[in-house]
Amino acid sequence: MLPEALTHTWPWYIAGPLIGLFVPLLQLVGDKQLGISGNLRHLCSALLPRRNDFLRYDWRGAGAWNLLFALGTLAGGWIGVSLLGTREIAISPETQAALRGLGLQDLSGLAPREVISWSGLLSLRGFVSVVVGGFLVGFGTAYAGGCTSGHAINGLSGFQVRSLWAVLGFFAGGLLATHLLLPLLY
Amino acid sequence: MTNRFPLWGYLLLGTLFGIILTKAEVVSWFRIQEMFHFQAFHMFGIIGSAIAVAAVTRRLLKGPPAPTLCGEPAPLADEETGRGYRFWIGGTIFGLGWALTGACPGPLFILLGGGVSVMIVAVLSALAGTWTYGYLRSRLPH
Repeated sequence: MLPEALTHTWPWYIAGPLIGLFVPLLQLVGDKQLGISGNLRHLCSALLPRRNDFLRYDWRGAGAWNLLFALGTLAGGWIGVSLLGTREIAISPETQAALRGLGLQDLSGLAPREVISWSGLLSLRGFVSVVVGGFLVGFGTAYAGGCTSGHAINGLSGFQVRSLWAVLGFFAGGLLATHLLLPLLY
Repeated sequence: MTNRFPLWGYLLLGTLFGIILTKAEVVSWFRIQEMFHFQAFHMFGIIGSAIAVAAVTRRLLKGPPAPTLCGEPAPLADEETGRGYRFWIGGTIFGLGWALTGACPGPLFILLGGGVSVMIVAVLSALAGTWTYGYLRSRLPH
């Protein structure tokens, strides 16, 4: 049997510092910068027509380590869910009420099945959430030159002003979508 | 020791990263909603303490102080800084997508591994988005 501590939700004060340690760790082992969204660029460069300078570079040399890191996260997701067991995610009662107010019935799992699922794709809200949302993630991170890991954790810990602007943007966009778009869409 | 670390080591580090983000529920659409409603400390605690620990340990290491842009090949990073528009405009666009999908790029991959198979569509869309940015880049304000 696995110890309770492993199967339960890891508290922020364990998970946060562990995540933060990846910045010095990657620097130490290979002088690498934590950042996941670069992989979208590497994958584009590797798989799609390289019509412009943005995608014309040595993606193997620049990104092999990071693509492997991303591949590892897939395995990590599988281990986290299958071997270490996911519990019911206990979000705050206020948020549960807000989400039920949007019309969601099923608040279990890692994402709402009514929206973020293959059958959900056929609905407007599902399509916008997955297809349009995914597009915005890819476009926005490429435009901003980083995501939550690259700008928020790596950039802010290095006192980068540009990362602060990016992170303020992340939250501006997130708040806009949460409080204006979702109520219209759901 | 910097050049000795094997490539497969990154696979292992990524696996750990994925486990942590899954077990801390950072990959949960519901947690992201909770964060954007400011109704729990959980996500803020994770991001905040991650930044704090990274800042302190990075100082201790006395590594190069300025990181390049997220995941970008180093030689391109500085010339692409521009006037800084790209950070808040691009950031806001990403933020919209973050709340809609409930996932930033890390969790996008992690959820796929964790069995939310529809996320393959979101990943392909994200690739289309990144490709489109490359296509439009010369016409966008930076």
